[in-house]
Amino acid sequence: MERGLFTAWNGIRFFTGLVYIFTFAPIAVVVLLSFNDSMFGSFPMTGVGLRWFGELANNEAIVRAFKTSLLLGSLTAVISTAIGVGACIAIVRYDFPGKELVNTLLVAPILVPEVVLGVALLLFLKWLDFSRSFGVLLLGHVILTLPYVVLVVQARLYGIRRVYEEAALSLGANRMQAFLEITMPLLMPAIFAGMLFALTISFDNVTATMFWKSAGLETVPTQIFGMLRNSISPEINALGTVMIVITVGLPLIAGGVVRYFARART
Amino acid sequence: MAVTGEKARPWILLAPSLAAVTLLLVIPTGFVVAYSFWQRTITGLEVPELNVANWVDVFTDGFYYAILWQSLRYAAITTVACALLGYIPAYFLVHTRFRNKALLILLLLLPFWISYIIRTLSWIHILGANGIVNYALQALGLSDEPKHMLYIEFSVIMGFVHAFLPYMILNIYVSLEGIDKSLVDAARSLGCTGWQAFREVTLPLSLPGLAAGSLLVFVLTGGSYITPMILGGPDNAMFAGIIYETIIVELNWPLGSALSIVLLVVLGSVVVLYTRFMSLSQVYKSFG
Repeated sequence: MERGLFTAWNGIRFFTGLVYIFTFAPIAVVVLLSFNDSMFGSFPMTGVGLRWFGELANNEAIVRAFKTSLLLGSLTAVISTAIGVGACIAIVRYDFPGKELVNTLLVAPILVPEVVLGVALLLFLKWLDFSRSFGVLLLGHVILTLPYVVLVVQARLYGIRRVYEEAALSLGANRMQAFLEITMPLLMPAIFAGMLFALTISFDNVTATMFWKSAGLETVPTQIFGMLRNSISPEINALGTVMIVITVGLPLIAGGVVRYFARART
Repeated sequence: MAVTGEKARPWILLAPSLAAVTLLLVIPTGFVVAYSFWQRTITGLEVPELNVANWVDVFTDGFYYAILWQSLRYAAITTVACALLGYIPAYFLVHTRFRNKALLILLLLLPFWISYIIRTLSWIHILGANGIVNYALQALGLSDEPKHMLYIEFSVIMGFVHAFLPYMILNIYVSLEGIDKSLVDAARSLGCTGWQAFREVTLPLSLPGLAAGSLLVFVLTGGSYITPMILGGPDNAMFAGIIYETIIVELNWPLGSALSIVLLVVLGSVVVLYTRFMSLSQVYKSFG
């Protein structure tokens, strides 16, 4: 590589740095402003304090939205992963006619605009007189997250060699035992990743959720959207910081735990 | 008996997820098509009667054309901006000898985990009348009064690029990472300059990633309405936003259905066009 300050590589490095700043500066500003003591959710900073985090905990609507989002996200993650893993095993480990089509069908929702997904499910379920709105949200979030779970788990399952299962089978295990004793433990990190993926997608979704929620039932993002109508209240910044800590912290902790157990085993 | 059981097993495993996709996506979408032909009476009730009034509305009202065109234009601008901004960082991440390369990649993926709505509204703090940019301009004496940078096309595009750039970088990264490095070495040893080797070898081989990223960004932007609602003004509405208004606010479900089908067909044709030249597996690869 050539020396000097104005090399192509330095230019690339500089540009990359700018893109990183572009990516993180706005987020950093939200976190910074959430510690602002001022009455307003914008600059200038008048003092540093945790005041708005306290207000947040006392805001009933936000706490309720938080509970809804957590319950919705957890149920979505469990259901999506449970049905997605089954599908992946069928696709990766079995041969059957129409496999390509099935696979395409399962990941297709990724490329369907969320608005269309939102409209279609809303109209169909209303037509069926299915009016429990948490149920609508749950069904909707399952179909939103299923393709991602399928992609993540499938990629991992292709990497688990079949010979391990065959060894277990030849030693007298039946298929169920081979799966539970061999494949399942090896697949655990992918199942975990799939669940986390589903949880964060559900926790974050607003585009389709706006069609499925009913008046009294808000998730955290739709609650934020509703609050934005007036102006940016300082509570929104605090809520943003809390959400960043949860959605970034959770996967990092989970990653750490997985790595810890992986190390403990070997 | 055992043989038939073995044959049925994949279908048993697939049954729940196939049922979910069929009942929650395929049939509802078909239902939307049917619904778009229903009639809406003056009392606001929908009657299942074959009627093309909604479609006549959609195709004759110039308003819908204008909004659709605006949505596609925003999607195109966002895609090009993401490609221009995203290629160099992806290239950097593949070739850097930095020790904590994994950390840099993790940082790049971090926005995926950060709430879309928070990332969108954060731009109000940057571009708004009390935002950082105006604050800096006034502090430096470059401007006396706040510059109007929010609730216009510019802020909407900024929000889109910020939200969807990671998809582009990730897709380009995946395809650049897959290029055999010895190909570039071969080009260099045959007398290519670094730039020529890039133009003749690296760039063409990374096109699938660039195309996959562009498809994702285009389709995601084209179907958005939250970003223009938060960062745009009355002139920056998008087609998906019109669908939201029609369905949720005006409760005109038959017309909303027709508009949804239009959006699905338009963005769907972009996907189909893409599959004529590239494989969709490239798009899915980055999620795997």
